[in-house]
Amino acid sequence: MTRYVLRRVGQAALVLWAAFTAGYVLLWLLPGDSILIKFQNPELGLSPQQISEIRAYYGGGDPPLVGYLHTLLGFLRGGFGYSIDTGTPVVERLAEALPETAKLATAGFALAVLIAVVIAFAAGYSRTSWLRGALLAVPSLFISVPAFWLGILLIQVFSFRLGLVPVIGGSPAQQLILPVLTLAVPISAPIAQVLARGIDQVYTQPFVPVVAAKGASRRWILWRHVARNAVLPALTVAGMTFGELIAGSVVTETVFGRNGVGRLTEQAVNAQDTPVMLAVVVLASTVFVLVNLAVDLLFPVLDPRLKAAA
Amino acid sequence: MSLLEVRDLAVSYDARRAVEGISLTVEPGEMVAVVGESGSGKTTTAHAIIGLLPPNATLDGGQILLGGTDLATWSDRRMESIRGAQIGLIPQDPSNSLNPVKTVGAQIGEVLRIHKRGDRRTISRRVVDLLTRVGLPDPETRARQYPHELSGGMRQRVLIAIAIALEPRLIIADEPTSALDVTVQRRILDLIDDLRAEFGTAVLLVTHDLGIAANRSDRLVVMKDGRIEEQGPSSQVLSAPQAAYTGQLLRDAPALSVREFRAVDEAVDETVTQEPAIVVRDLVKEFRVGRRPFRAVDGVSFDVRPGTTHALVGESGSGKTTTARMVVRFAEPTSGTVTIAGAGTGRDFRRHVQLVYQNPYGSLDPRQSVAAIVAEPLRNFRLGDRAARRTRVRDLMERVALPESLLERGPRELSGGQRQRVAIARALAVDPAVVVLDEAVSALDVTVQAQILDLLEELQRDLGLTYLFISHDLAVVRQISHTVSVMNKGRIVEFGTTQRVFTDPRHDYTRELLAAIPEPVL
Repeated sequence: MTRYVLRRVGQAALVLWAAFTAGYVLLWLLPGDSILIKFQNPELGLSPQQISEIRAYYGGGDPPLVGYLHTLLGFLRGGFGYSIDTGTPVVERLAEALPETAKLATAGFALAVLIAVVIAFAAGYSRTSWLRGALLAVPSLFISVPAFWLGILLIQVFSFRLGLVPVIGGSPAQQLILPVLTLAVPISAPIAQVLARGIDQVYTQPFVPVVAAKGASRRWILWRHVARNAVLPALTVAGMTFGELIAGSVVTETVFGRNGVGRLTEQAVNAQDTPVMLAVVVLASTVFVLVNLAVDLLFPVLDPRLKAAA
Repeated sequence: MSLLEVRDLAVSYDARRAVEGISLTVEPGEMVAVVGESGSGKTTTAHAIIGLLPPNATLDGGQILLGGTDLATWSDRRMESIRGAQIGLIPQDPSNSLNPVKTVGAQIGEVLRIHKRGDRRTISRRVVDLLTRVGLPDPETRARQYPHELSGGMRQRVLIAIAIALEPRLIIADEPTSALDVTVQRRILDLIDDLRAEFGTAVLLVTHDLGIAANRSDRLVVMKDGRIEEQGPSSQVLSAPQAAYTGQLLRDAPALSVREFRAVDEAVDETVTQEPAIVVRDLVKEFRVGRRPFRAVDGVSFDVRPGTTHALVGESGSGKTTTARMVVRFAEPTSGTVTIAGAGTGRDFRRHVQLVYQNPYGSLDPRQSVAAIVAEPLRNFRLGDRAARRTRVRDLMERVALPESLLERGPRELSGGQRQRVAIARALAVDPAVVVLDEAVSALDVTVQAQILDLLEELQRDLGLTYLFISHDLAVVRQISHTVSVMNKGRIVEFGTTQRVFTDPRHDYTRELLAAIPEPVL
């Protein structure tokens, strides 16, 4: 078991390093030049001489490998360098944006799981086939809804038409409602689909009639036997989608004008602010790797058969 | 009054009748066996009694009287009070009949919790008592274990403990031992007999195995195509069957037929000294389980003469299938050699040695037609042009006695016996000299089994095939093979002609295996 944990943690570290390297190489290969974008504006009146001095200051003159090692070392120490766009430390900009996104992502994910569980279990419990069919069609609909469109639609309906949620101002909780909904709807779909399929599949297992033969009710069978077996594949999918939340928040935060990591990413891409982009890439992969590590470690707890294999 | 009386029961699946007006009774403390082949409606009948028909089934009519109350009219909700408390169920397949993520103790205790018999402490004490009663050593530890940590036989004991927990008046045992090894099978049936005597519980035993039914039951009900062909006291039904179908079942049941042994000298011309078709020497296969190596096959040697059948017989885990896989080169031996006379190397090896698997459904591609399946080996080896292949497929279909009309059908539309014939036709397509049959008839009903065995004998005679026949079923082995190796824990414990091994067993393990086959009753 200890070996299993150590191996998983080691793999996670490896994935992180690979993500950092791939991110660094890709950003380095990008044709744009962030220094030029910011400083070539004639109004600043900088000479090519001065621009190349600025470049050297940001470490742009180093050979690629030195730059890579320098940046990697910085990341390991927790220093992400300076934003070229604003000149402030990347850490500061992240620290500013992260809490907003963390709130949004956590609430969105929780809501997505809730929606998925309600859909899948209602479908598993229902005995009328049209209701079941209708419930199972919902995830396909959800997954086809583009986030930007859903966001605009929600603002239109709830803020402008019904006036339920203020567009500007309002308490932090009120401001969260619509973006959370926008984020939750599309990511609930794959979880609901896998969970519903898992429930169906567990129902065909021979142990289900045996539990029924003990005199168990439908509810007892669903919650005490089917649920725990069906949740395993859905957990994997949930772990993967959580990682996508960072990407999903780009659109949502832009639509709702929230200053989070998604917004920061968008700005950094526009300004070709390489240090910020690299930090976002590493942050996103860290979240992804940690969540999936947690899922991996949870698996043997939920399914004792995997404990032996681990 | 009878404990259970079923009157004119009719059940259909998606408007297709599966059980057509059957009536039967079970008296208190009695064991009644319902015998029939797959599709006879025996399991449907059993599930209807306990109210556990699948959603696409409907009860079209009839009464199910338990102690005079008609359960057929009861709602699902109301049936919950009967299930487990008054009617217990011992299911078919112990490997999947327990929830894999719950401990054994929790699953036994559950039936007490559902029916609210006692608090947590009383229940856990009762669980240990029950585990002791069904003969599991160290019950406290067992209760904390998960199903995958127990053997098949132990799991079936756990399922029996669940069935008897509330001492129901009736237990429905649906093929309770068909997934178990013969020696385990006997012990489980003995346990059910003991419990029946102790609690006075009646048992409705559903089985395809006439041998078991004959040995254990007071009365027999023979079913076919959803109807009862015959019922009566077991001894009477067996000694003087009234229905023609019962007679046929009795003849086809390998455990009960007393056929001549197949002798080696009939199949082999002694005047010509032939080299053996298969020579296996000191075969060893090790697997790594965690850190320690495990010897699945441990120094196995045997010879098979051309044109004869050699059987590898043993229980699960004996290494017989691993040996077969090494013979057909699907697994690499750790050490030792397999020599097959006349076999080429690489892909050509497959033209000489073919394999027929146990599961005739799983081994046929459901998306291909029968014609495409049988022709596939010919296409793979580029034998003949399109027209020649078509002729060859027709010949093969005729060989295995399948009508040409099946050629364009898919495997899904065939019966189990037809599927296995297709698998045999495919194996014979490239004219192999050696065919390895891995539990090739184990999944088939007795009547179909008898037909396939006859077909295999005929093909052997006509084509001079050499068979390596892997089976756990001694009765089948007795019928088909010339020579036998009895395997136990990776080793061959006894080798000899079938006649010698079956009439004069020398090893204790062979004797134990033979003693576990239900006695011939005729």
